[in-house]
Amino acid sequence: MGILENRFPDNVFFSTADSIINWSRKSALWPETFGIACCAIEMIATGCSRYDLDRFGIVFRPSPRQSDVMVIAGTVTKKFAPVVRRLYDQMPEPRWVIAMGTCAITGGVYNTYAVVQGSELVVPVDVHVPGCPPRPEALMHGFLLLQEKIQKSHVLRRHDPESAMAG
Amino acid sequence: MGVPLYCTKIAKRFGREVEHEGHSHGMHVFAAPPSVVVDLCRFLKDDPELRFNFLSDICGVDRYPQTPRFEVVYHLYSIPLKWRLRIKCRVDDPPRVSSVVGVWKTANWHEREAYDMYGIVFDGHPDLRRIYMWEEFEGYPMRKDFPLRGYKDTYNPFGEEKTETSSSSLSDDQDNNSSQPGEKR
Ligand code: SF4
Repeated sequence: MGILENRFPDNVFFSTADSIINWSRKSALWPETFGIACCAIEMIATGCSRYDLDRFGIVFRPSPRQSDVMVIAGTVTKKFAPVVRRLYDQMPEPRWVIAMGTCAITGGVYNTYAVVQGSELVVPVDVHVPGCPPRPEALMHGFLLLQEKIQKSHVLRRHDPESAMAG
Repeated sequence: MGVPLYCTKIAKRFGREVEHEGHSHGMHVFAAPPSVVVDLCRFLKDDPELRFNFLSDICGVDRYPQTPRFEVVYHLYSIPLKWRLRIKCRVDDPPRVSSVVGVWKTANWHEREAYDMYGIVFDGHPDLRRIYMWEEFEGYPMRKDFPLRGYKDTYNPFGEEKTETSSSSLSDDQDNNSSQPGEKR
């Protein structure tokens, strides 16, 4: 969006334009095919035919350059944290992050020398999905929450602190 | 079952040097000093009547505060004869043993693991680097004086603060490491 982003006032034209842009963004969330530990198995199950993420327009993409959601599905070790960060940096904006499972949220049971105590310390996280592992329904709920968040975001309109607080 | 052949053979070949420590979990246990471990392993592998041709594991043990502090444990298996056997080797601090890579190639990664986790140096190992932790990692996490939650940094806000004593013992370890070959710094 570049120079047009967050430049315009809140009026009928721009809020309608924003809702169209947000609708199109939230309807085609493409997560990376990227799993780190056991949670990834549940993420794969969510993508397969029984739970079928495709019906939300969520299609896994093999490259960070083509995706706009990163599901951190698993334990982020300190050794792997730079890779997570690099994958995040390679994604084009707008981009979102879902931290899936207690390991990704807080380090979970692995309060040890080798595990990052919360992927928030590595990349900014939009939605936390608790569970060990979260069931596919929980991950789908996480995606729906993310869609809600996207629908509320300001694209062309300026960020207004008051309305942001109300939202 | 009686006394297995390898017990008598080891007693005959090594005499009092290798001690029989009894039998547990279906395995006879032998205690060998670091100086004879490689000979013992080679003997067990090459003897046509024993043929311990599979090294299932090498692991380290930290027995702090006992002395000698460390122990290297070898688990052997004879695939043709279906025998299992355990060799224990007590080593001092700083721990050094000869590598058995020359006997079983698979020892390479097992020894790297013991080095990574306990800082046990295997003399003659072709490529003694850390295997799990990254190269810059400080300390040996499975040692009993290593804090359970590691040291505090940006990714680990709950870790222990580095104190004078812990950092000095770490730098001691590093001095020991830098003197041995194969270590990339
Ligand atoms: S939260 Fe549980 S299931 Fe998920 S990666 Fe951690 S241990 Fe595995």
